[in-house]
Amino acid sequence: MERVPILKIGDILLVSIQIDMSDQTAVTLQEDLAERIVATGCHGVIIDITALDIVDSFVGRMLSTIASISKVLDAETVVVGMRPAVAITLVELGLSLNGIRTALNVERGMELIAATRDDDPGYDDDPEGVESGTAATSP
Amino acid sequence: MTAGVDLGPKTQAIGSDEDVVRVRQLVRTVAVAAKLSLVDQTKLVTAASELARNTLIYGGGGTAEVTVVEDGRRRGVRIVFADSGPGIADLDLALTDGYTTGGGLGLGLSGSRRLVDDFDIQTAPGEGTRITVTKWSR
Repeated sequence: MERVPILKIGDILLVSIQIDMSDQTAVTLQEDLAERIVATGCHGVIIDITALDIVDSFVGRMLSTIASISKVLDAETVVVGMRPAVAITLVELGLSLNGIRTALNVERGMELIAATRDDDPGYDDDPEGVESGTAATSP
Repeated sequence: MTAGVDLGPKTQAIGSDEDVVRVRQLVRTVAVAAKLSLVDQTKLVTAASELARNTLIYGGGGTAEVTVVEDGRRRGVRIVFADSGPGIADLDLALTDGYTTGGGLGLGLSGSRRLVDDFDIQTAPGEGTRITVTKWSR
């Protein structure tokens, strides 16, 4: 079985799904991520699905579950890079991706997580390596 | 016709998780060869993924047969999912959004029906299930 790598960048865990995942690979990713959130104390998870040419109900449910698990473990999840055809298909399939925050790309996903943490009065460290503000220009 | 591309029927056995991935890849290849639009390819591959998973989980495994079809005006891709599992006792209920007996989201059958142009299902208790879906080029 293939495994999806999880990268740590500053206060964020970045998962870029580059393979056509079997259901077992998706379940393993869910468990690996929960472990890495606890092990690293990261407060943000970015899941990049730019390379996915479909998201079916199983992967959709995995994304929702990851978002819920991270929330319980005090981390925000943002799904980035969804292709337009995938978005159209998801809506027609009937998946609403409840509780999932999305952004157009990784850079905006990082900004979204940083902004969320800044708004939270119970959290006062600045996440390392994340530029706050609006200076970033996206393509 | 398209030279150099084999458009004959292709069959993929469905007996494991990895086979569901293979069904997706086969359907994508054929949908591209049949020149479906990107959105139609995406819808068909997504529907195939749902139905192949159903064949595996509820039907105990089976086959997917993918064929390029023509109706004189347009070209399309037809997929037949067949299993010899327990069949579906209450088809109306099984086609309801959110209904599941397997712990999923209950969108597999109902959702994939919305993603294709033609959807036909033949099933009876004890006699397996045969689902035929077609997506036509526009």
